[in-house]
Amino acid sequence: MKKNKIIIIDYGIGNVQSVANALARLGYDFAVSCHAREIQAASSFILSGVGAFGEAMKNLKKRGLIEILDEEVNAKKKPLLGICLGMQVLAESSEEGGAHKGLGWLKGNVVRFPETKTPRIPHVGWNTLRITKKAPLFERTGEAGNYYFDHSYYWQGPQNNILASCRYGVEFAAAVGQGNIYGVQFHPEKSQANGLKLLRGFFSRFNR
Amino acid sequence: MLKKRIIGIITLKDNIVVQSIGFEQYLPMGSLAVAIEFLSQWGIDEIAIIDISATAQNRGPNFSLIARASKKCFTPLSVGGGIRGIADMRKLNQLGAEKIIINNLAWREPEIITQAAEIFGSQFVVVSIDAKKKRTMHEVFSDSGQKPTGLEAASFAKKAEQLGAGEIFLNSIDRDGKKCGFDLDLINKVANKVRIPVIAAGGAGQALDFYEVAKRTKASAIAAGNFFHFTEHSPIVLKSFLKNKGMPIRLETYAQYDGATFDKAGRLAKRAEKYLDKLRFMYLPEEII
Repeated sequence: MKKNKIIIIDYGIGNVQSVANALARLGYDFAVSCHAREIQAASSFILSGVGAFGEAMKNLKKRGLIEILDEEVNAKKKPLLGICLGMQVLAESSEEGGAHKGLGWLKGNVVRFPETKTPRIPHVGWNTLRITKKAPLFERTGEAGNYYFDHSYYWQGPQNNILASCRYGVEFAAAVGQGNIYGVQFHPEKSQANGLKLLRGFFSRFNR
Repeated sequence: MLKKRIIGIITLKDNIVVQSIGFEQYLPMGSLAVAIEFLSQWGIDEIAIIDISATAQNRGPNFSLIARASKKCFTPLSVGGGIRGIADMRKLNQLGAEKIIINNLAWREPEIITQAAEIFGSQFVVVSIDAKKKRTMHEVFSDSGQKPTGLEAASFAKKAEQLGAGEIFLNSIDRDGKKCGFDLDLINKVANKVRIPVIAAGGAGQALDFYEVAKRTKASAIAAGNFFHFTEHSPIVLKSFLKNKGMPIRLETYAQYDGATFDKAGRLAKRAEKYLDKLRFMYLPEEII
């Protein structure tokens, strides 16, 4: 097996193909998998996701991925990038469809947009970021780029974990992270050149 | 700030891209993968593939065609036509669709909207409404605009929202392919009734038509199919025009139309000879990601 392989975690509901297309476009060595052996041999991970929070946690549990990833990410400190729902499950909890417990690998909770403050829910479309920390995600992207969002719930957590925020009625965390664990609420794999540059930035830092 | 989305519709009939006129006449255009590659590279904000022959031929979506095409798509993709249930949705999701668009299914089995939203999240479920003007009301038609359902468009949209739909894809049958402008009355009726985003489609003829929708309605996105065909960089040119008019628009393609001027309808005006002379010696490097 080659070194520096990226594994896109397959847990049944993520939109893994879009992420795979983006990594193929960037020329990385990657695989889509849920098998322990492949995950243990990989050097970094993407946890993507389109779906509901409860369903995502259920699937992660069912496939026994939580323990495997916990070992690789938290003990061995391999880098992980969560995308959209994949970012949200890193939080401690979510209120989507009743209260659910998350992985709790990053401090924070996932809450619904307040009906009274936002024009329409879900927040769908291209929105600009306010970048507060450039490393490691935004080193290759421009200052005020647009990224594609599609979600009804957002991350609330400690300020020092927030790398970029976005405004839609309320100011919310668009990119979070610490150490080797990062998450983005938007879809870099679907944000054209900006998104590809973000992925390039992340992996050129962590996947050498 | 959230931008107005400009969506490219790709209508598929018998697995090739077509132009649709009034839901009745169809002109062949070509391959799906090529259409997607161009729209995606030309900075369209989203792509919606609608397979109009799937339901009519009593078959599901053409998964292998979608899988091949999605490889070229670095912009959000929604897929509709022929979706029979949760299994089809899951498959499309795995093949690279961010959203699915349901029309007949939403009307026949409305409870599937709730079911899908619980599994994939509301943001995944787009309910498409094909409406036709009937005196003062707009009636919903099923089966690619062939059969009247007796339902009123705005109340059906409200029902879809209550069941858990994330967006409404609103198409005017009367205006489809007619290039006479969008049905602002229909868009207003629906967009004022629901609190989920509404995508307005049907009737784009010139760039100014998009501006009218943005100015006079609360639609979150404006979609067109035929409008983007036959013209190089059509989405970039349209978006440059709209941005010049002060609309919140995302314009980040590598090819730019900065400093371009437009006529009233939004057609690109010829540049000054001086600029064209200079252009001959300009070096434009390829974008590096």
